[in-house]
Amino acid sequence: MTESTTRSRTATGISLVLIAGLAAVPLGLYFAGNAFWLDIFTRLVILAIAACGLNLILGLGGLVSFGHAAYIGLGAYAVGVPAYHATYGGMDALASYNGFVHLGITLVVCAAFALITGMISLRTRGVNFIMITMAFGQMMFYAIVSIETYGGDDGLTIDLRSEFPLVNLDNPVTLYAVCYLSLLALVYMLHRIRHSRFGLTLQGTKFNEERMRALGVDCHKYQLTAFVLSGVICGYAGFLLGNFTTFISPEMMDWTRSGEIMFMVILGGAATLWGPVIGATVFIILEFFLSEITVYWHLPFGLLLIFSVLFLKGGISGALQQRFNRSTSPRAPLSGE
Amino acid sequence: MEASIVVIQLLNGLQLGILLFLLSAGLTLTFGIMDFVNLAHGALYMLGAFFCATLTIRTGSFLMAVALAVPLTALAGYILERLVVQHLYHRDHLDHVLATFGLILCIDTIVHLIWGPEGIAIPLPAFLNTQITLPGQIIFPTYKLLIITTGLIAAAGLYVLVNHTRVGMLIRAGASNRTMVGALGVDISTLFAGVFALGAALAGLAGMLIAPITEASIGMGSDIIITTFVVIIIGGIGSMKGAFIAALIIGLIDTFGRSFLDELFALFMTSDAAETAAPAVSAMLIYILMAIILAFRPQGLFPPLQR
Repeated sequence: MTESTTRSRTATGISLVLIAGLAAVPLGLYFAGNAFWLDIFTRLVILAIAACGLNLILGLGGLVSFGHAAYIGLGAYAVGVPAYHATYGGMDALASYNGFVHLGITLVVCAAFALITGMISLRTRGVNFIMITMAFGQMMFYAIVSIETYGGDDGLTIDLRSEFPLVNLDNPVTLYAVCYLSLLALVYMLHRIRHSRFGLTLQGTKFNEERMRALGVDCHKYQLTAFVLSGVICGYAGFLLGNFTTFISPEMMDWTRSGEIMFMVILGGAATLWGPVIGATVFIILEFFLSEITVYWHLPFGLLLIFSVLFLKGGISGALQQRFNRSTSPRAPLSGE
Repeated sequence: MEASIVVIQLLNGLQLGILLFLLSAGLTLTFGIMDFVNLAHGALYMLGAFFCATLTIRTGSFLMAVALAVPLTALAGYILERLVVQHLYHRDHLDHVLATFGLILCIDTIVHLIWGPEGIAIPLPAFLNTQITLPGQIIFPTYKLLIITTGLIAAAGLYVLVNHTRVGMLIRAGASNRTMVGALGVDISTLFAGVFALGAALAGLAGMLIAPITEASIGMGSDIIITTFVVIIIGGIGSMKGAFIAALIIGLIDTFGRSFLDELFALFMTSDAAETAAPAVSAMLIYILMAIILAFRPQGLFPPLQR
């Protein structure tokens, strides 16, 4: 058995476990009377969507964007603001409970924000890029904080969830199903992107941008497209999150939230398709159990983050892969060592 | 608008700028020399404030507390560098960002464990807790003038240290080619730890200076670190001169935006609209400035020659 087939078998195994587990565990617990776990898993799946969105630019494009929580916030406010005006009046052009309107606003606002900030930040690389995306994210945070109409610092309660024909998001199982199916569709889409001409070019710019440019590729165009797409996906996650929590606040777009999403991607493994999903799963479940034990759960969490950076190259999926390779072909060279 | 208000806001802006410079100096040094991105720099700023708060309460003297807390913050920075940071220098920036993000979580929680969730106010000694009358009948808090003076002295000291001493020569040499400095027999590892501790001391000093006004609180570092990033991006990452000029620009623009933007907007829109728009725009002002500068100079105003 060659190394590559081993690897693809491991990957298939992981993906099957995840697809089945994310459907069976929360719904099983829910119908067994543990409604609480469905909430945890809904949040988990939504954050997994955001992490997958970030991974498009981070894992495939190799661009470390630290401002992606802003898109989650924008998506959530794209639900909250029209619903607010529909309830309390004002801004008639915007006021609506219609889910398609909310989705449309999410799409347009996130794409526009990503396009403008992407055009500026993609002129830089490395540390500058990290800090600039961070600054733009924080700019949106402060902008929302200072708009008192929508609650400012205190946040905004969404009185009615987005309305869709046939699909009632008020039902927690339906909401979970929507999130779960969205995640599956997204992962499939990312799988296709990964192997498309676009995805391969994008990965090429990550490994050697100069060489790609020498081949005649307009790298900036590819990176900007990926940046916008990634922002829109995170915006969609925000749209779901707003509908799930029905309470939104600027706090959800603080830069430390961006850090958490990035942690999920790296923890799971940025180079892989399912890495962000694994990362989000481990993150949320760990967060839940640690915060049950102690209010000081950020300490073990922070230590874990430091240790995983120092010792866990390639994230959890990287470690799984290495372990599997080691047991089947002991002399095969290990990736990342 | 009265001239005295403009002067007062000018001084306020200067005070914010000086504070931002103290923070960005350490950050830009660690980046310029070790090529290291430190998100936890704000955590050291917070640590400085908390050290100072406890020492002020214990010793009863704010000035004594500052004198003790600065080396203490430097020591905390040194320990951090030896324990975690030094293992990251040869890693990529993504690893720096993640590991130092983890450090923030840890330090914030440790502060929470030791000092509790509430902020701690630092009482000023009576002779500082006064107002001073400047020429032109302008009344200004004495303490804020002290912040400006202390910051300027620290900036001057830093300038002399970097440009006119042997240690400074090593720092500059390290910034232009650290491998070569190591090959010439300089103990790079100690130099790096020293620079990191120096940056920590400066950040801690900034935290101590502001704490009597705002009080020492968890999360104070996470708020200001992004503004510090904006400063060093505009100044050109790795450039001390750039950090100084950009810090003053940002300090002034932020302060003036918050105080006068509504009056400016009221000139061409209804006062209601101005009152709604002004806070949002003034909150975004420094980021908009950053975007405009980057659109023309992606490397910042004063990019260092190397890299």
